[in-house]
Amino acid sequence: MHWLGRPFTERSTQLFLGVLLAALALVTILHVAVPQGHPLHVSAYTVNLLGKYLSYALLAVAVDLIWGYLGILSLGHGAFFALGGYAMGMYLMRQIGDRGVYGHPELPDFMVFLNWDSLPWYWTGFDMAWFAFIMVLLAPGLLALVFGFLAFRSRVTGVYLSIITQALTFALMLAFFRNEMGFGGNNGLTDFRDILGFSLRSDATRLGLFIATGVALAVGYVLCRAIVGSKLGRVCVATRDAEARTRFIGYRVERFQLFVFVVSAMLAGLAGALYVPQVGIINPSEFSPVFSIEIVLWVALGGRATLYGAVIGAILVNYAKTVFTGVMPDAWLFALGAMFVLVTVFLPKGVAGLLAYRVRRRKHRGEDDASPTPRGKEVSA
Amino acid sequence: MRIFPLPWPVAVKASAGSAAGRPSRCLALLILLLSLCLTAGAAQAQSSEAGDDAAALELLEALDVASYPAKGEAIDAIVQSDDPRARDWLSALLDGRLQRTDDGRFVVVLDNRGREWPVEDALSGEALGEMSRRELDRIGINNALRNQLRSAIAVVDLYSADLALRRASAERLLGEVDADLAEPLAGVIEQEEDRRVRARLTQALAIHRLEQGEVDAVADLKGSLHPRVRVALNRAVMGDDPVVADAAQAALNSIEQNLRINRGLETLYFGLSLGSVLVLAAIGLAITFGVMGVINMAHGELIMLGAYTTWAMQQLLPGQPGLALILSIPAGFMVAALAGIAIERGVIQFLKGRPLETLLATFGISLILQQLVRTGISPLNRTVITPEWMSGSLVINDALSLTLNRMYVLGFALVVFAGLMLVMRRTRLGLEVRAVTQNRAMARSMGIRATRVDILTFALGSGVAGLAGVALSQLTNVGPNLGQNYIIDSFMVVVFGGVGNLWGTLVAGLSLGVINQVLEPWAGAVLAKIIVLVFIILFIQKRPRGLFPQKGRAAEG
Repeated sequence: MHWLGRPFTERSTQLFLGVLLAALALVTILHVAVPQGHPLHVSAYTVNLLGKYLSYALLAVAVDLIWGYLGILSLGHGAFFALGGYAMGMYLMRQIGDRGVYGHPELPDFMVFLNWDSLPWYWTGFDMAWFAFIMVLLAPGLLALVFGFLAFRSRVTGVYLSIITQALTFALMLAFFRNEMGFGGNNGLTDFRDILGFSLRSDATRLGLFIATGVALAVGYVLCRAIVGSKLGRVCVATRDAEARTRFIGYRVERFQLFVFVVSAMLAGLAGALYVPQVGIINPSEFSPVFSIEIVLWVALGGRATLYGAVIGAILVNYAKTVFTGVMPDAWLFALGAMFVLVTVFLPKGVAGLLAYRVRRRKHRGEDDASPTPRGKEVSA
Repeated sequence: MRIFPLPWPVAVKASAGSAAGRPSRCLALLILLLSLCLTAGAAQAQSSEAGDDAAALELLEALDVASYPAKGEAIDAIVQSDDPRARDWLSALLDGRLQRTDDGRFVVVLDNRGREWPVEDALSGEALGEMSRRELDRIGINNALRNQLRSAIAVVDLYSADLALRRASAERLLGEVDADLAEPLAGVIEQEEDRRVRARLTQALAIHRLEQGEVDAVADLKGSLHPRVRVALNRAVMGDDPVVADAAQAALNSIEQNLRINRGLETLYFGLSLGSVLVLAAIGLAITFGVMGVINMAHGELIMLGAYTTWAMQQLLPGQPGLALILSIPAGFMVAALAGIAIERGVIQFLKGRPLETLLATFGISLILQQLVRTGISPLNRTVITPEWMSGSLVINDALSLTLNRMYVLGFALVVFAGLMLVMRRTRLGLEVRAVTQNRAMARSMGIRATRVDILTFALGSGVAGLAGVALSQLTNVGPNLGQNYIIDSFMVVVFGGVGNLWGTLVAGLSLGVINQVLEPWAGAVLAKIIVLVFIILFIQKRPRGLFPQKGRAAEG
């Protein structure tokens, strides 16, 4: 398993993991050890918010894996995120048991409301945590497998792929809005009570979820780093920069694309599953194409093809969103729109590119950029 | 159905002096009387007016009672009286405009909006100025009376000189004919000059005859698509007489057949209409995306700008929605084109050759434009008025009527498409655009200013989006989200049709519209849309370059 061990020898990974673990530890200590009311105390609300940011960060890493290293701009990654979220939501729904508004021992409230008399077949098994957690990975993975198999086999690439991934998530959004689908329609799944026996309303559970999300992010990051650093990763980068050439050399490009695409979808699903218990609701708006494009912005802002850039971008943009929507909600879309324009025009390498540039300058090194940031022209082909 | 106890004939549009008119069952007599009255002259009319008003007042007094059955009888009495004002009273009563003042006079309210209502005396017709609603008491009616009133008015209208009134009346009488009405109706049919009224009345009479068990009435009903005719035939099928039942069944079958064809045509029309909207929304994109290779996610918002231009025009020209709409066509084009130029110069030119980045940047622009409209105008939908010549529908037959606004949009889409084809094929600009698309470097070396061509092409595509917005303002809500609803569909149409191919866009848009409408009845609107999306996703796997792929070198770009 040396390919999995290699990332730990890299400077950037060590740095990233160090910062991440330090942040996790710091937040935990400030939340638990510092008494409430003290200026350094981190409230349960903030812990929850940070947990949400971390799940977004994992999602951004998943997108960066395919956009940054494979050149696939998915405008539908929200779909995989939401599918993972729904799988988790179904588990949490079943955990409510007879504590719902209607008090039905088995059916979730919305099904009682729709006068359904039994669970649809695809809800079976979701009362068992292990099954649900497998489905969290399997549902998005399967969708990505089928979709990717079809798309990559027929060599749908570039803009076309972006557009049909967008259509995919749009179609799923419309489908999940339907009550007949059995996923709660417009309202989605909500009113969760507990997870694995722990109440979702207790601060301890929230802290636990925050730490779990942090660990998942670390694992996801290392996995991506391992993929990127392996020979497989180099084929991916080759595919990104010159797909036809890589194919002519003899690589079955579509297989590499499919594998990485599925891994990315599963990571997105995992992120969704961690997101849902922390925000307490999953509804079809997570499928909206706008959300999926927003994810891409996080990555673009943070810096493509760096992985840690995606994490920075996700946290920065979402922190800005929290601040803006609190202070002046009308201005948020202006700010978001302006970010899209400014980042793509003036900051093609994102914040990570800026950081790397500063670091290089400090070291007085004038050599060419060695980072694997893609050059624009080839990606478009 | 209430069988109204009309002893024929009813109060007809007799002249002012028909005081002698007693209810009579004979139409011929009435006609005789009418001619008599006409020759009787005005003098007699003058003298009889006072007594007339007393009788009329009595008729109206009878309406102002609490019990609804009593009111029903009073209505019959009014119908049977030959008072020339009967129709006005009845229609005022139907609209709730027949009211009584505090001092007991009967008045007709002319306009019951606002606080002060202009009224006129129900008897003399003299204008009484404005009255406050508190001084007036409405004579209330219920649904049964409403039905009775409509039928009564229909009968009165049958003798009107106004063709439109006669037509409406004939429509109303379908299925309402009873024994009392049947006999005079036959005479009316013979005298009627208008073909449509005659056909309708014949059907109305035939329904009655069918109810009486006459087999040959079926022949009169055979071609009709009116739902009431089907009801009557269905009832005849259920009836006891096997001969009538068989004949009715046969007629019903042929009607059903005919109906299916008409339903098919209607679906096709709605499909083409939806398709024309898709074509309009997508055709500008076909230029910017297909020809220039620029992904403009703000395309939907350019459509929105066009729609808002129409709204703004109508605000500038209040009371003239039609003129405003026509002026919006160039204005919408200009506004969207200028916005397009701003986008091209401000952002897109810096992202040349990086389509994915262009996509993100223009998406940012779309967010900004949406929010601009939300904060600048309103987050709520604006009302755009449909001018009179665009509202209403073209009635082909009882089962098929085509709404005019959709027809205009369909025509507009085709005109825009033809215009665009002309520009691309027959003008200098089109030639240059095609040259730059095929080989930028070579085109530049031949002296074509590629940057200028870029700007003009983008302006053209954006302007067409503005035109789409003007058209859409007549069909859907004009709000900040208008564009967002169309952007994914537009991309689907362009990709499905084959990028860079205007004909492909036309065919793809129209066929997707029709497919959607065909699926809708059995799948539901949302599911139909999902099916279409999945179909396109799968189709692109099969043919990644769309229905009509570009051939040759251009395809490799």
